[in-house]
Amino acid sequence: MVENQPSVNDAATETYSKKMNMIQALNSGLDVMLGKDEDVLIFGEDVGYFGGVFRVTEGLQNKYGLKRCFDAPLTEGGIIGSAIGMGAYGLRPVPEIQFADYILPAYDQLVSEAARLRYRSNGEFWAPITVRTPYGGGIFGGQTHSQSPEAIFAHVTGLKTVIPSNPYDAKGLLIASIESNDPVVFLEPKRLYNGPFYGRPDEELKTWANSGDDSAEVPLGHYEVPLGQAAILRPGREATVLAYGTMVHVAKAGIEDSGVDAELIDLRSIVPLDIDTIVRSVKKTGRCIILHEASRYGGFGGELSALVQERCFDHLRAPIARVCGYDMPYPHAFEWDYFPGPIRLARALKTAVEYR
Amino acid sequence: MKGSNLPRLELHIPEPPSRPDTEVDFSHVNRGKAGAVRRPDIAAPEAEMRDLPYELIRVLDDENAAVGPWDPKLSADTLIKGLRAMMLTRAFDDRLFRAHRQGKTSFYMKSTGEEAIAAAQSMALDKGDMFFPTYRALAWLHARNYPLTTLCNQIFSNAEDPLAGKQLPILHSARAYDFYSISGNLGVRFVHAVGWAMASAYKNDTKISLAYVGDGTTAEGDFHEAMTFAAAYRAPTILCVTNNQYAISSFAGFAAPERLPFAAKALAYGFPGIKVDGNDFLAVWGATQWAAERARTNNGPTLIEFYTYRAEGHSTSDDPSAYRPKDEAKHWPLGDPVERLKGHLIALGEWSEEQHEALAGELKEKVKVAVKEAEAIGTLGQSKPPIDEMFEDVFEELDWRLKEQKAELHSRREGRD
Repeated sequence: MVENQPSVNDAATETYSKKMNMIQALNSGLDVMLGKDEDVLIFGEDVGYFGGVFRVTEGLQNKYGLKRCFDAPLTEGGIIGSAIGMGAYGLRPVPEIQFADYILPAYDQLVSEAARLRYRSNGEFWAPITVRTPYGGGIFGGQTHSQSPEAIFAHVTGLKTVIPSNPYDAKGLLIASIESNDPVVFLEPKRLYNGPFYGRPDEELKTWANSGDDSAEVPLGHYEVPLGQAAILRPGREATVLAYGTMVHVAKAGIEDSGVDAELIDLRSIVPLDIDTIVRSVKKTGRCIILHEASRYGGFGGELSALVQERCFDHLRAPIARVCGYDMPYPHAFEWDYFPGPIRLARALKTAVEYR
Repeated sequence: MKGSNLPRLELHIPEPPSRPDTEVDFSHVNRGKAGAVRRPDIAAPEAEMRDLPYELIRVLDDENAAVGPWDPKLSADTLIKGLRAMMLTRAFDDRLFRAHRQGKTSFYMKSTGEEAIAAAQSMALDKGDMFFPTYRALAWLHARNYPLTTLCNQIFSNAEDPLAGKQLPILHSARAYDFYSISGNLGVRFVHAVGWAMASAYKNDTKISLAYVGDGTTAEGDFHEAMTFAAAYRAPTILCVTNNQYAISSFAGFAAPERLPFAAKALAYGFPGIKVDGNDFLAVWGATQWAAERARTNNGPTLIEFYTYRAEGHSTSDDPSAYRPKDEAKHWPLGDPVERLKGHLIALGEWSEEQHEALAGELKEKVKVAVKEAEAIGTLGQSKPPIDEMFEDVFEELDWRLKEQKAELHSRREGRD
């Protein structure tokens, strides 16, 4: 068994599991938490009666009642601001922002308030909110349905930023986020909602149930995937690939194409970051490739690169490489030219192993 | 445009009625008549209250008598407590403003002329109701006898600062006093108050929330967001605009069309707005009581505009004589809140000039003692909270970054590198 590989046996309190896609897994996580804790409530645009534009909250209002899962006015600042107030009262709200592209009206609330409330009040007040929001491209979403804004949250002290890549982690990380007493931005790769995506748009798509991926087997009950623990999804000797979200699956494909024996690490949360797993891996492999959809300049890859350089300098045998989105707004027609697919990763891996 | 005979457009830039080189002009202030505004039943439909924002609710008349339906009919004892809270606020402001001039702190903001608002509301609301203040509302704490030395410790950022040196002076937090953490960015907490009230209703609690923005901050999107949420969920909250006519140097005409009461903005959201004489302790109390009753009985939110005047500079960094007439405050048609309540108590035969003088002296001494106690602990830069506090409460627990950075700081301080 691979280190940290999710497995149905990880579920401490529940052995009964079933195949779920990421939407169902997230729905199950919300269901478990609504059932467990009356202080958990869900609200956002279209999340109530309708069940969410991506169906993540489907059936929850019917099961738990209007006040546990309800619709909100179309105001992201209002949604996050009121959630902070609820959190300060003692609730554990799980607000939804329909697309991560639309979280910016709430950025002031997240940065100036949610992230700093505990610090500035010296621990008198805090906001244990979990902001769920679909993010990422690869769906012909154009400029405002494709963005990957994780770097603008990673830079905010006091916020946690979590990004699952499969159904098992999605549920476990969501539960851990809701139970965290710190504010969490929970970015859901919408490209992975229904099935894994390897960055090959011409390939026939598989659902999670048909993907053969063990992580589609999701326990029905309560379990957590701890924040701040990366998962080594593929052990390797020649290079380390750091990825999260949709890019985890692109990385699998890129590594396969390259023929390089690369170790694949799914970061799972970028704040807190599992620095030890990263450093251990790069010291072993001597090469590091960072993969993310977000544009490159100022992206989270820059931070990862700096951390690896500082901590693994003597072990590096090639420059750290970043395979990222280009530095432009997410284009529509040029989706697959923009999207950092497996070909680009494979090339970076080959360049790294052939260096010197 | 060639050949067009359309009239040319002109951009309107609002200008205040007076400037440093002109006569004071408050002719636009319509005081109305004390006691003249009706007080609707708390359950009255919103549609029957749409005239209210255009009237000014006042209780104290020019003869210092309490008149009309908004008189909360408080005991003399309560009125004296209120007067004391206002006078304490003013004494504290005067002393701490000087402390800034003496270099004991980096910053201070007075609430001179606005003391009645937070003082009356602090007393009128129940323990457990949560107040989401601005930086001009320390009277809330003074009315509840918050320890003055502790407040000074915060302002001096010294070793005993309850916020451990993390926050600017007066951006206080006092959970045990129902006083929510203040932040420097404007308006955001207006929305928190609505969420807090929604949470109270969600839990079938009995507590309500109260929040302030200034006239300038009503222009922030947060004002609209809070009003929208409060309306949609009928949140048990009292949302207040403390209209003191100025946002630093900008007059209120930038935040709302000239002459339109801020209170009238509530009409567009579908809940009542009332405009209240903010320098009238009794009117503030009466209006707050009405709005609180509405909130407590699930009749939803109320917007209150407290009409007042910022009698001093915006902050220690501001000189108001650069943008408005020097003596404007003296001409403010609604007078001074301390003088008006004092006049009322004297008219009732419950107070005297001698008692007033004695109390002023007593409070001045009390503040002096508190400042001395805080100074003994240390003023800004002379004394600091334990350095490890700097790393605490970013998260519930320190993550590896903070642990490493804390170790790095200690190793540097110990001269090991």
